[in-house]
Amino acid sequence: MAVKSKAKRELDFSGGWGYAPSPESTDHIRLEKKYGHFINGEFVAPAGGKYYTAYSPSTEKALAEVALGDERDVDRAVRAARGAYNKVWKKMPAAERGKYLFRIARMIQERARELAVIESMDGGKPIRESRDIDVPLAAAHFFYYAGWADKLDYAFPNRNPEPLGVAGQIIPWNFPLLMAAWKIAPALACGNTVVLKPAESTPLTALKLAEIIRDSGLPPGVVNIVTGFGNTGAAIVNHKDVNKIAFTGSTDVGKIIQKATAGTGKKLTLELGGKAANIVFEDAPLDQAVEGIINGIFFNQGHVCCAGSRLFVQEGVADKLIKKLKDRIETLIVGDPLDKNTDIGAINSKEQLEKINYYIKVGKEEGAEMWQSSCAIPSKGYYCKPTLFLNASQSHRIVQEEIFGPVLTVQTFRTIEEVIEKANNIPFGLSAGVWTDKGSRIFNMTGKLRAGVIWANTYNKFDPTSPFGGYKESGFGREGGIHGLGAYLKID
Amino acid sequence: MSRIDFSQTPQIDQVSVEERVARLNSRSIKKASKVEGLKLALNMIDLTTLEGKDTAGKVKQMCYKAMHPHDELPGLPTTAAVCVYPTFVGLAKKALGNSGVKVASVATAFPSGQSTREIKIKDTKFAVAEGADEVDMVISRGEFLAGNYNYVFDEIAQVKEACGVARLKVILETGELSTLDNVRRASEIAMRAGADFIKTSTGKIQPAATQPVTLVMLEAIRDYYYETGVMIGMKPAGGISTAKGALNYLVMVKETLGNAWMTNQWFRFGASSLTNDILMQLAKEASGLYQSGDYFSKD
Repeated sequence: MAVKSKAKRELDFSGGWGYAPSPESTDHIRLEKKYGHFINGEFVAPAGGKYYTAYSPSTEKALAEVALGDERDVDRAVRAARGAYNKVWKKMPAAERGKYLFRIARMIQERARELAVIESMDGGKPIRESRDIDVPLAAAHFFYYAGWADKLDYAFPNRNPEPLGVAGQIIPWNFPLLMAAWKIAPALACGNTVVLKPAESTPLTALKLAEIIRDSGLPPGVVNIVTGFGNTGAAIVNHKDVNKIAFTGSTDVGKIIQKATAGTGKKLTLELGGKAANIVFEDAPLDQAVEGIINGIFFNQGHVCCAGSRLFVQEGVADKLIKKLKDRIETLIVGDPLDKNTDIGAINSKEQLEKINYYIKVGKEEGAEMWQSSCAIPSKGYYCKPTLFLNASQSHRIVQEEIFGPVLTVQTFRTIEEVIEKANNIPFGLSAGVWTDKGSRIFNMTGKLRAGVIWANTYNKFDPTSPFGGYKESGFGREGGIHGLGAYLKID
Repeated sequence: MSRIDFSQTPQIDQVSVEERVARLNSRSIKKASKVEGLKLALNMIDLTTLEGKDTAGKVKQMCYKAMHPHDELPGLPTTAAVCVYPTFVGLAKKALGNSGVKVASVATAFPSGQSTREIKIKDTKFAVAEGADEVDMVISRGEFLAGNYNYVFDEIAQVKEACGVARLKVILETGELSTLDNVRRASEIAMRAGADFIKTSTGKIQPAATQPVTLVMLEAIRDYYYETGVMIGMKPAGGISTAKGALNYLVMVKETLGNAWMTNQWFRFGASSLTNDILMQLAKEASGLYQSGDYFSKD
């Protein structure tokens, strides 16, 4: 066999045997033409009579009309939640509360396929992810917190745990159904009632969850879902009869909410942005580290608060690792979210794509070396190629600011002290990843990295038992585990 | 001549390897893609019989099957090769004529490899003299596990020399190597000592080929290619009996090494019952009807 010269040693991932399109069927789903708010156990028209269009970011086609909520709708929902709390939910034996949560979990599993397809249509994420990760985890959260409902005295012994009352919850567009589960399940398990607003670009799976909640027989008013834009969320935050606010979203809006709730006596938890460091040491198993890097930044198109968006690689293995990374990126398929072979789906909205493209422009202007996959992207819909910025510097804006897309900055480092300092030198503190074969180094790093969630030799692993949340401008409070209960209780 | 220090080969993370395999297995291969993949897989099979009870009759019938997997279906390729014990090489060579199907012979005291260097070289030379196109040797696992890496290296190099123009496949017997780190290490030794192919197993013990082991070996081949420009072939053997499984392996090769390795020059399946499962799937794709094992010859 001929020996290829160094210049010609390339691998060809584009030619030869290809994968035919393998689209998931949409025949079985049911979407109404128009959705009202879900208040007091039924769908009701918005007070202002106005609706907006939910559309698919992959086809740019309209999917449904969704109610536009205003202060009157929010007020109606809060009064329903308060009524249900005072008359029914507060008085219900805890084990009975748990039974409703178990039932909702089971119904999510039964309708899993429909939920996964709608999630991909509405939000753009690949069906492989919504089917294998989002929907199963959503059910898992309900199952997990169902079990805690009647064991709160065990979770907080001698501390007299009591529910707070009515919880106002505002969730983002990156994991629409899963974020609804993360919010609703613990709130209900602890005996609270809920008014929840899904993100404006992804209301549909929350509304399908509302159908499940209605069909589960959950007493009317325990969960209320109001759709709308930022002002709808503001109405929830500012409502006088809400006892607790839980928000997941951008740091900027988190700050607005914190200012708005200061001095009101409302309890608050915030889960905000991130710019996680994914750190590869020279002794790390490199091919496996590459897999973790890919998962860290391209999972869900990079629309992940805990995404590993800053790669730090020890200089001695940088060239080797980057070559492997590029090879791996070349095998990623960007395309129709409903195709089972799609690795990276559509960007969630036109606005988000513009934001990402803006940062790509900034990165180029700042002098970082841009590299993109040679993959094709569909001509319709909002798509972004997986992008690397090599030779990035700590002071580049693309390194300091959250891009929230499939864009990875790459920096080299020499010593462990250097990388700890650079990893922490950011306003955020949500997550981090460490790749090394040396166990002692993992323990050393996890103590010194200022991040709420640290993964060692893996990335983006979630479980309802495991608390999730950040430091600094990534927010405060934890969701998941026993920690997640504390946010929804008054404890002595 | 300076010796390579094989005690410093790359570390492998088993958990992540298994996850990567699971992700690769989530690829959905349908319709034209599936038919093309199955035909490719069929053409990559080394149809194998390595039993104590093998006879001339058994080998002859298997050779016919290699050339004519299922004449009822038009447009099928032959298998890549047949794989037999050295005493049947001459017979197989004659039976296969100029069909293009190669003859691979096991050698070096297959399957245990527990014999003297002299005997193993003689075994190899005999197979080659009988006309074998390819030789499938076994490494000395005992010596490897005892840390005598240079012994293993030298043995492979000497067998390669004895092969002449025949291509050498080196069987690592990964089922005895215990860890993926060891699989990587054995792969490094074999490639650098002159292997044309690295192969997982003899098929005589459990576990035989597995996807995680195969992925580690493919990644070793890739690193070696980048370092030296030399292409090395890969053969998982034993335990692959379903068409779906074969497609999973092809996805692994495609997404690790790319298009250049997607021919039977560089990738083989060591299998026997896989053939009929592939044929049943191809027949189903062609006719739309599920098939029965009774319609396909077992030889």
